[in-house]
Amino acid sequence: MKNISAQTLHSHVVAMILKANKIIRDDVLEAFKNAQAKESTPVAKEIFRQLLENAEYAATSGLPLCQDTGLAVFFVEYGEDVRIEGGSLHDVLTKATIEAYDKGFLRKSACNPFTRKNTGDNTPAMIHTDLVPGETLRIRYMAKGGGSENMSRATMLTPSQGWKGIRDFVVQRMAEAGPNPCPPTIVGVGVGGTFDMAPILAKQALFRPIPVSHPDPEIAAREQELTEAINALGVGPMGLGGNTTCLAVKMEVMPCHIASLPVAVNVQCHSSRHGEVIL
Amino acid sequence: MATYHLKTPLAKEDLAQLQSGDIVLLSGIIYSARDAAHKRMVDALDKDESLPFDIKGAAIYYMGPAPAPTGYAIGSAGPTTSYRMDAYAPRLYGLGLGATIGKGRRNPEVRDAMQTHVGVYLGATGGAGALISRCIKSAEVIAYEDLGAEAVRRLTVEDFPLLVINDAHGGELYVTPTLS
Repeated sequence: MKNISAQTLHSHVVAMILKANKIIRDDVLEAFKNAQAKESTPVAKEIFRQLLENAEYAATSGLPLCQDTGLAVFFVEYGEDVRIEGGSLHDVLTKATIEAYDKGFLRKSACNPFTRKNTGDNTPAMIHTDLVPGETLRIRYMAKGGGSENMSRATMLTPSQGWKGIRDFVVQRMAEAGPNPCPPTIVGVGVGGTFDMAPILAKQALFRPIPVSHPDPEIAAREQELTEAINALGVGPMGLGGNTTCLAVKMEVMPCHIASLPVAVNVQCHSSRHGEVIL
Repeated sequence: MATYHLKTPLAKEDLAQLQSGDIVLLSGIIYSARDAAHKRMVDALDKDESLPFDIKGAAIYYMGPAPAPTGYAIGSAGPTTSYRMDAYAPRLYGLGLGATIGKGRRNPEVRDAMQTHVGVYLGATGGAGALISRCIKSAEVIAYEDLGAEAVRRLTVEDFPLLVINDAHGGELYVTPTLS
């Protein structure tokens, strides 16, 4: 049994949230530079110049990269031999969210869906927990903004629609999303599972660093095919035209019912903000 | 493609000269409002109450800022996606609104209203909220304070860099996706 103090965990999670919102990830920075070099129009190059300058200013000023610091989404792998001393996992993540969003000058974007009244502290956090063997606690955090989340969709295809159906659904979705989700996007695709599982796979896919393809070469090839098809749309940075509509497609797959083909697209804006704590 | 230095309030002749693709460096007073504030403004109009600011020639920025740390006029302050305000925008253009500022595509009703009433839609760079905050020299909540980030703010901006997405003549800058 491994004991982790709630206070230690709290500090790590607060630091993770603050860093994710203020410091651009290295893989995103590299992807911007690579994409800028591949663009030919002045306007597409200019958008990347602004995004690079924005990242530099966020780092030096301490302001968040984007005012939409999102809902706080956590994916937790909770080792069965881990014990958190002095608090529950749920309470630690909730209190860390409240503290980070308050002290870090991050926007509180959570509200009642009917009255639209802001909850005031960016809670509830969206917490997904898997119990896993062992004594490791792995917590991944994502700041998920509303603009790109609104462009996300899930559907239940029929098995006969197959890969072509999946491909058409994903590409059509990104065509319809157009300039809205702050392209160039990272496109998370979840295929399989049940109605609820496909969007979770799609969201989990967004944690994978931009240059890392799926370890299964067959799925990696499908990611590449979707990336090329989405970039052939020509939507470009901010929808102003160009070669980079998405920076990458990340796909996660699991078996599904013999009657079903669930597919979900979780769109991530270019401001892909996430982090990880492993204790 | 031309570059214009414009000041608010925006005169009809300022707006009419703009073509989609032009660059605007906007200075003066603009007002931030997004979903919840628009609902309240339109509710106010329905009750024959006045809007929290003079709409004639005004520019509304679809934006809800992050909180300002000490020493900053405002926190990160980039645009939100504009289509959510499409339900409200035609009525406001009809009352003399000069420009809306945001990101993402507008619907045909908004584009028609801009042509009918000589208004424009200007695009700011989404996800560049930290950078954009440097153009905002002061910010003051003037209405609906209980809405927090969604309250209406009076912002003083200097050379806020914007692209004309939709002009008053039916022009549209956004690319139509090529579906093979």
